[in-house]
Formats: sequence, C-alpha cells, structure tokens
Amino acid sequence: MIENLLSAADLDAATAAAILDRAAGFAAGAGPDQPLRGVTVANLFYEDSTRTRFSFDTAARRVGAGVVNFAAKGSSVAKGESLKDTAWTLRAMGVGAVVIRHGAAGAAHRLAGWIDEPVVNAGDGAHEHPTQALLDAYTIRQRLGRIAGLRVAIVGDVRHSRVARSNAILLGALGAKVTVVGPPTLVPRDGAVLAPGVEVSFDLDAVLPEADVVMMLRVQHERMGQAFFPSVREYSRRWGLDVRRAALLAEHAIVMHPGPMNRGVEIAGEVADSARSTIVDQVANGVLVRMAVLSLLKGLANR
Amino acid sequence: MSYLIRGARIVGGDPVDLLLRDGTVAEVGTGLSAAGATVVDADGLVVLPGLVDLHTHLREPGREDAETIATGSRAAALGGFTAVCAMANTDPVADTAALVEQVWRIGRDVGLVDVQPIGAVSVGLAGERLAALGDMADSAAAVRIFSDDGICVHDPLLMRRALEYVRAFDGVIAQHAEEPRLTQGAQMHEGDVSARLGLGGWPAVAEESIIARDVRLAEHVDSRLHVCHVSTAGSVEILRAAKARPWASSGPGPARITAEVTPHHLLLTHELAATYDPLYKVNPPLRADTDVAALRQALVDGTIDIVATDHAPHVAHDKECEWAHARPGMLGLETALSVTLSALRDAGLDDRRLWDVIAARMSRAPARIARLDGHGRDPAVGVSANLTLVDPAATRVIAADGGASRSRNNPYAGLSLPGRIVATFLRGEPTVIDGKACR
Repeated sequence: MIENLLSAADLDAATAAAILDRAAGFAAGAGPDQPLRGVTVANLFYEDSTRTRFSFDTAARRVGAGVVNFAAKGSSVAKGESLKDTAWTLRAMGVGAVVIRHGAAGAAHRLAGWIDEPVVNAGDGAHEHPTQALLDAYTIRQRLGRIAGLRVAIVGDVRHSRVARSNAILLGALGAKVTVVGPPTLVPRDGAVLAPGVEVSFDLDAVLPEADVVMMLRVQHERMGQAFFPSVREYSRRWGLDVRRAALLAEHAIVMHPGPMNRGVEIAGEVADSARSTIVDQVANGVLVRMAVLSLLKGLANR
Repeated sequence: MSYLIRGARIVGGDPVDLLLRDGTVAEVGTGLSAAGATVVDADGLVVLPGLVDLHTHLREPGREDAETIATGSRAAALGGFTAVCAMANTDPVADTAALVEQVWRIGRDVGLVDVQPIGAVSVGLAGERLAALGDMADSAAAVRIFSDDGICVHDPLLMRRALEYVRAFDGVIAQHAEEPRLTQGAQMHEGDVSARLGLGGWPAVAEESIIARDVRLAEHVDSRLHVCHVSTAGSVEILRAAKARPWASSGPGPARITAEVTPHHLLLTHELAATYDPLYKVNPPLRADTDVAALRQALVDGTIDIVATDHAPHVAHDKECEWAHARPGMLGLETALSVTLSALRDAGLDDRRLWDVIAARMSRAPARIARLDGHGRDPAVGVSANLTLVDPAATRVIAADGGASRSRNNPYAGLSLPGRIVATFLRGEPTVIDGKACR
C-alpha cells in the first residue's frame, strides 16, 4: 500500500513492481472491479496540463472513483487562496485522495503535511513526476520485457525536468543504468545528485549505440533566450534525435518522449512516428499505471 | 535605582561585585555593599557588555502584523541585547530623515533597547538614486550605517558613490552581497541538495563576486565597507585576503572592512531544505557543512568581525505555503547567544578566550562599527551600565513558539542549546530579570 506518492524515492523496488503488476492486471481485465467506488479523488491542478489531468481523471473514473477537478484558473485559487486553505476546503468536502500538479517544487510534500488523506504528486515544479516514471517503466517492461540491466539515456533539459529526476530514481532502483545527456548548462555536473550511479555525457552520438532506451525530453520554450544554448537549431543539431542519429541505435532500442513533443527540435517527426517509438503507448499506459496507483493508496480501496 | 550584582565573572574572569548607579558602573570589587541597592545574585554567571545586533528587521512601519518596534525590542532584551540596528527595508523604506527619526523615537519610547535605525542606500531600495544619506546622518537618529539589505547595491557606480559619499560623516555601507543575475529564481544554496529537490540554486559565487568587487571599491575610495551575512567559505577567503592588504588596517580608527555572520549560518545547513518547510528558507540561503566550518573558523580568527542576527519575523501565512512562495528569513534575537555558543563549542577555546570572543563579536565590534558610543564596553568603573548576565551552565530546549516576537518562524524549535540570558541592564536599569522581560 502507498501512503503518499510524492517522489519516486518513496517506492522501493517491490512496491514499484506491485504497481506495474497491478497496471498489467488492469490491462488484461484482471484487476479488481471498481475498487474505489464511493471514493472522491480531487485533481488539484495549479498548472495547465490537459494531458496529465485527463489521464488522472480517466484513471480515477475507471477504478470507480468520483472526481472533482480543481483547476487553478477560475477557482478560488486564482483569487489568491493559499494552498493550505485549499487543502482544508477539499478535506471539508470529504475527498479521499488528492492528486496535485503544481509549479512549485515541494508543493505535494507541503500538502501531505497538512492533510491526512493520501497525496499523489502529478508533477511539482522541477522536482518530480513519479507517475510519469512509473508509466515509463511500465512501457519499457512491455516493450523490452525487463528493466534490470538496461541502458537508459535521458536526453535534454535534465536540469529543469521532473520527468528526468523521477525516472533516474525509479529506473535506477529497478536496476537500469541511467546516463543523462545534454548541454552542460542543462545537465548536473555530477549525475549522482539525481540518483546513485547516474552518469553524465554531453555526447549523444557516443551514447546512442549502447542504449536500449532513449528518452527525449521536451525543450521548454521559456529556456530559449535564457542563454542555456545558442539557438534552437544548434540545440537540435547537437542533442536532437534526428533520422541519422536514430540509425545509430541498436535494432531493439526504443525511443520515448513524455510529450508534448516539439517535432523537429528534440525529435524528428520520422523518429517519433517510427516503429521504435513508444510515444502513443506511453499515453495509454499512463492511465493504467495511474489506475494502479490510485487503487493501491492506503485506506482507499473498498475491494 | 541602584543595583548590586554579586559574584559575576566579567567576560569570564574571576567573580566580582558590580554596583550600578545613575546609569553607570559605579564600583567594581569584591565584598561591595551599598545601602538601598537591589541585590542581584550572579553566582556562577558571566557578565558581558550588553549585546549589540547590527542587523535586525523590526518590520515597523509597514508590517506590524509580523513585528513591532515594541515586540522586537522585548525579544532583543530577552536575547541579552542592549542595542539593535533596525534595517531600512520597512514600508515605507527608511530613506528619509523623517522616517529614521520616527523609528528612533518609537524605540526610545519603548525603552527596552537602543534602537539605532539603518538608512537605505538608495531611494526606495530601488538601486537607482542615493537616498538622503546626509540628512539621515544629521537627523536625531544620527544614522551611520546605510544598507539596502534584502537587495544588493549591484550597480557598481552607485556602490562606489555611496561608499565615497558617506565618508563625509564617518558612515559605512552594509552590503547585501548578491549578484542579482546569478540568483534569478534562486530558492536555496546551489549544490547537490538543490539539484535533488528541483529548487532553483543560489550559487556561492553570486555572493563572492560582489564581495570581491566591493572590497576593491572600498579601498579605491578609502571608505568603510561592512559585509552583511557572509555565508560561504569562498567569501571568507576573499575577506581574509582583503583584510591582509596594508590599506585595510592603515590610518586611524578601526578596520575599514568588516563582516558579519548570522547565527543560523553558523549552525544550520542546506540539508534542511529537504523538508520543503520554508522555515528554513533564508537569504542568503543555508549552505553546506564545509561553509559552516569555514564560517566558524573565521569567527574565531576574526576574519569575520561580528555575529549579527538578521532577525526576520514573518507572519504564519508567509511561511505556511509552498517553498517558492514563502518569504525568506528566520527569527534570531532570543537565540543568538545560545546558537553562537553552540557553534563555538568545538572550537577548542578555553573559557576565558571563549567569552572574550563572544564579547568581541557580539558587543564590542558591532558597537564600534555602528559608532554606538555607550555600548560595547566591558563593565568597568565609569562605563555606561549596558550589560548582560549569562548563565553559562544552563541548557535550554528552544520552545516552538517565537518567544516575545510577534512571529513564529523559529528554526531552532526543539533544539537543546547552551547558555541562558538571566538579566539585561540598559543604562543601569534592568530590562530583563530572572530571564523575564521587566516590561
């Protein structure tokens, strides 16, 4: 059972495996039927994220829960209500669990300190996005049959990426060998600050032939013009996964992207649409993994 | 009223009696008796010159919900202080003679500590035009320290002019050293913990580059520079080199370059940010343990001249929120001496030397930098009776509340710390007796 899911570090290998197995069970139609019937899950979204909110919303409904969507825009949050007051409001409404997406790192931790109900971090600033890491792990296992021993390259703006942080932690804990690749301005100097054993490279061409999994990160528009790299074109030439680079990959290697993609920037359209791309699978698997997480939250499931 | 303090150890020396009369120390000796004097039993206690805080945020005017001159003065007295220098970043900003006189007068009316206003360097702390430096110096508040604290005077030309100008009245510029471009979006010390937590980094070099520039600017115009809240090992190195240059100690008067460290930078580290509790959010941020060690060493060897609290009260809702949305700062007045004692515990100082360092860094030197003539002098016949009685043997567990402060952002709650302030005297009258505020 999961008390809160704030960080991928909250999951030991056994718990992570239990979530992935439960997700696989749901995929096979073998999971518990509507385990959260009668429970209300609050989706508290302080950032615009249609994809993630829709994924959590769908997952909650498929496990039988009622959902209240609390978007920052148009609610009291936009009028300046504090996170703590909002948390107490949700409690008073009797929600069983809170899913929170927030622009500030640590927001989910803060929320979990104020309420007794389980909190699921759906992305907090540049900190973590643990359900993304779970769905990526699920997708890797689905395609390649295992995670332990695989070489995973996470490529791009690692510095500002919650996806990279959670994946480095979770995939490392599940036995993968993680290398982060990107311009020196956007990767940590020492990969170990992300998770034990994480390596750092600036040279994508050198990393690709050895990789079993390549995870391309989105280049955020706000990074441009902040001198992290000279231009989008140069970024794309050095760290984008174009057709030439994709040919360096081993035949079995897969290409992942958390979405939304900038086609032609970090990933070429032909690569995104190729057979080795898992991008559409990742979206489908996101719902399954989130169903599993919600159904395994402590004290929530009825069956 | 007169007071006879029996058996106190002056700055850790041998026990003596002190008779306080008409605001001064009238007699010092053994076996003193004075008819009509109130006797204060100070057996086992150390008597220090009243502590002086060069860096206090009293929040009045503007944020009286967080602190007032009255509540802050009481916290200061309880912490053993007889004088505090009130920072200029109030609302409105203390950038005119009228405003500094207002703060000074309220402080005097409260009467628990001497409240010495600090004037802003620039109008509205905007870093564009010089504030009314001379008018503030000539006012009843007799301002000598000028600071835009909270914001760095980062324009090198404005900094140069400010340093140059205040020479006319023996002023000093107290710089908040923070290169603003290098700290855009900064939330905590840039290092392994910030990388893990996904919080924006405040790199040490943002402080060090400004200090390196300012020590040369000060030398170039032959003026006085005081560096606020030094927080990194690299800053200590730069200060040590700057102070070793012949200019720094040439000519009459005290050192031209001085520096302070806060109690929290002597004790706490950036690991605490992993709680995401903004109680530990402060500017400059808590740093690594190697920085803490360098700061402690610098305090002992005098590279850092003083301990200053940077007492920064904040209302609860400015701390009970997301880290990035919280205001930086923590309380410090009531715990400063205990935290400093705790930080120096492992420095290998003998008892006499320890108390001499404490008196130097927390009273004599800050009084000298602030030009507070009645403060910072060891108790002796004829000296203004501003003094503090400390129980060195006591250990206290810091309460979770904020003490006398109106705010509650106390990062030391639950810690067991050495030393307790037993009494504080301001010009011969007690402001604290038996650890309790008299008013």
